[in-house]
Amino acid sequence: MAVLTMAKAINTGLAVAMREDPKVLVMGEDVGRLGGVFRVTDGLQAEFGEERVIDTPLAESGIIGTAVGLAMRGYAPVCEIQFDGFIFPAFDQITTQVARLHLRSDGALCMRVVIRVPSGGGIGAVEHHSESPEAYFAHTPGLRIVTPSNPVDAFTMIRQAVAHPDPVLFLEPKRRYWEKAEVDVTAALPPSIDLFRARVVRRGSDATLLCWGPMVRTCLEAAQADTRDLEVVDARSLAPLDLATIVESVARTGRLVVVHEAPVTGGLGAEIAAAVTEACFYQLEAPVLRVGGFSVPYPPARLEDIYLPDLDRVLEAVDRAMAY
Amino acid sequence: MTADTPTQAPASTPGFRDGDPPEVRLLAQMLLVRRFEERCVELYSAGSIRGFLHVYVGEEAVATGVMSALEPDDAVVATYREHGHALLKGMSARAVMAEMYGKVTGCARGRGGSMHLFEAATRFYGGNAIVGGGLPLAIGLALADRLAGRDRVTACFFGEGAMAEGEFHESVNLAALWRLPVLFVCENNLYAMGTALARSESETNLAVKAAAYELPAWSVDGMDVLAVAEAADRAVQAIRAGGGPHFLEARTFRFRAHSMFDPERYREKAEVEQWKQRDPIELLRGRLVGQGTLAEADLAVMEAEVAAVVDDAAAFAEESPLEDLADLELYVHDPASSVLRRAPLLAAAREGVAP
Repeated sequence: MAVLTMAKAINTGLAVAMREDPKVLVMGEDVGRLGGVFRVTDGLQAEFGEERVIDTPLAESGIIGTAVGLAMRGYAPVCEIQFDGFIFPAFDQITTQVARLHLRSDGALCMRVVIRVPSGGGIGAVEHHSESPEAYFAHTPGLRIVTPSNPVDAFTMIRQAVAHPDPVLFLEPKRRYWEKAEVDVTAALPPSIDLFRARVVRRGSDATLLCWGPMVRTCLEAAQADTRDLEVVDARSLAPLDLATIVESVARTGRLVVVHEAPVTGGLGAEIAAAVTEACFYQLEAPVLRVGGFSVPYPPARLEDIYLPDLDRVLEAVDRAMAY
Repeated sequence: MTADTPTQAPASTPGFRDGDPPEVRLLAQMLLVRRFEERCVELYSAGSIRGFLHVYVGEEAVATGVMSALEPDDAVVATYREHGHALLKGMSARAVMAEMYGKVTGCARGRGGSMHLFEAATRFYGGNAIVGGGLPLAIGLALADRLAGRDRVTACFFGEGAMAEGEFHESVNLAALWRLPVLFVCENNLYAMGTALARSESETNLAVKAAAYELPAWSVDGMDVLAVAEAADRAVQAIRAGGGPHFLEARTFRFRAHSMFDPERYREKAEVEQWKQRDPIELLRGRLVGQGTLAEADLAVMEAEVAAVVDDAAAFAEESPLEDLADLELYVHDPASSVLRRAPLLAAAREGVAP
C-alpha cells in the first residue's frame, strides 16, 4: 500500500497502463517535459520517451483528431485537455468523429481513446477553468464518461478506461487532486465493465444522495453532519448511468436528491430524475430534487463558494424532500 | 477488432486489361466514377437514394491522378464528395452503392450513407460530412505509421472551403512540425458550396497560403489527369524519401450543383460551360485516340464493361435488405460492454421493484 494523492494515483495508473501495453500513448499540451499543469503526467516522458508521451501545440481539435487517426491504427492515445473549458475547441472532433467511428467503420475499428479533463471548480480559478461539461457529452451516443471521486478509484478507473475499447471521457475533479488515500498499486485490474458501476458509499434509509466526482465528499460530509439516515451513492459513470444501482437505492429510501456542480438547467440531474421517476414512481415519497450550480457562467473566484453546492444546500434539499 | 487488418488487393478496373498503357487505366477509372455517379443521380431522382448527394462530376481527374501515385497500403481520408475516392481506393461498387441506398450490405450497414463511406480493410478512412473534420485524422494515421516504422503515405483530400476552417491550420501545422508523411490534396473547385474563393479566402493563391507552414506546396491543372498523376507521384516519392508533408492544389471545377438541392445562383452558366470544354475525361480520351493508343471500338468496350459494373451495383443495392431494427444499437458502443443498456434496465427495474 502507498499513500497517494489523486493526481499521483492517476499518474501511477497511467504509468502501469503504459508499461503493460506499448500501444498506450499520452499526448497533450505540456504533458511531457512539464508534466502537465497539475503534474498528472509528471515523469512519464522521462520513463517512456518523447514518442509515447507527446507534447503538442495548442490545438485541441488537432489533438483529438490525431488521436482518432492513431486509434484507427491500433494505438490507445490518452489525451489531456488542460482545463475543462478548453474542451470546447475539440467538441467537434469528439462528437462528430470520436463518438461515431466505431459505428461508421461497421465495427471494424474501435476508438480506444481516453480524454482526460481536469474538471470542476473549487480551486479559485475562473470560468473556462472550473467547469463541469459532462452533460454536453452525455447527450452524445458513442461516448463513455466516468469520473473518480477518490485516489483509490482514480488509480483503478484510469487503467480500466485505457483498457476499454470505447472512447472514454475521464473527468478529474481538480479540487480533489491533492486528497490522499492508501492505494494498493499492485492490485489486479477488475473487469472493465466494472468501470460503469455506481457504488453505494454510505448506507442509509431516509433518502439517497446521488453525486459524483467532487460532490461525493461534499455529500458524505453532509450525511455525517445530519441526524437523518442518509445514503450516499457515487455514480462514478455518467454515460452509461448505472440505473440498476441507483434505482435499487431509491426504491429502498423513497427519496432522491441529485447533487452536481454543473448548472441545474439541462444538467444530468434532469436526466436522472426522469429515469428514476419512470422506474420508481410508486416507491417515491417525494419528487426527485436537484442541487447544482446556478445558470450563470462560472463566477469569479471570490464567489465560487456561493456558486458551488455545499452542506447547507444539500441538506436544505433533503429537508424539502422529507417534508413531502 | 484490430486496426492492422490486412489490406485487400485493389479491385480490378473495368475496361482495363493488364498490359494496357497506364493512361488507359486512368481513363477507365475516371469513366467508372463518372458513370457510377450519373447512375446515382438517376437513382436519387427516382427516390431510391435518400438524404444528400454530392457528385464529383468534372473533378474526377484529381482523385484518379492522386490515387495512381499511391500504394494499396497507403491511407486515404476524403470529404463528403467521396464516392469516386472510395471506388478508386478499391472499395467495391456494390458496397458503395448499397451504402448509398442505406442497405445493410453497405460498407457501414447503410448508416453512414453517401457522405460517410468507410472501409478499414482498403485503408479508406472515410468521407466526412464535417468540412475539415477529416484533416486531423490524417495526422493521426500518419503519426501511427511513423511510430510503427511503416513506410506509408496518408493522402488527405479536402476542398478549398476547408482552408478557412481551423482544423486545416491545426493539421498542416502539426504535419509540418512533426514532418509527417501526409499528402494534402486541396480540390479547389472555386466554390465552397455557394461561396466563391475570393469571398472566403484572404489569400486566394492556396499554395502560397499553405507554404507559410514550411512545406513544399504547388498547384496543378486538376482537369489534366496526367498532370495530376505526375505531380502526385513526385510528391509521394518525396514524402516516402522522408521529405515530410507536401501540399498539392488541384484546380478543378464541379460541373453539377453542390448537392441535389442547389439552384446554383452563385455562378454563371457560361462559366460552367467554359469549364466543361475541359472535361477531364474528354481531354484524355481525345489524347489517347489522337495518338492511336485507343480506337473507338476500345472505348465502346470500356463503356460496356463500366456499365455492367454499375448495373450490377445498382441491382445488388436494390435487392439488399435494410438493417434489422433490432440491430440499430450495434456498434454504437463496443458490443461486449453494452450490457448496461437503458431500455432493458428500466424494464428490469420496473419488474424488480413493482409494488
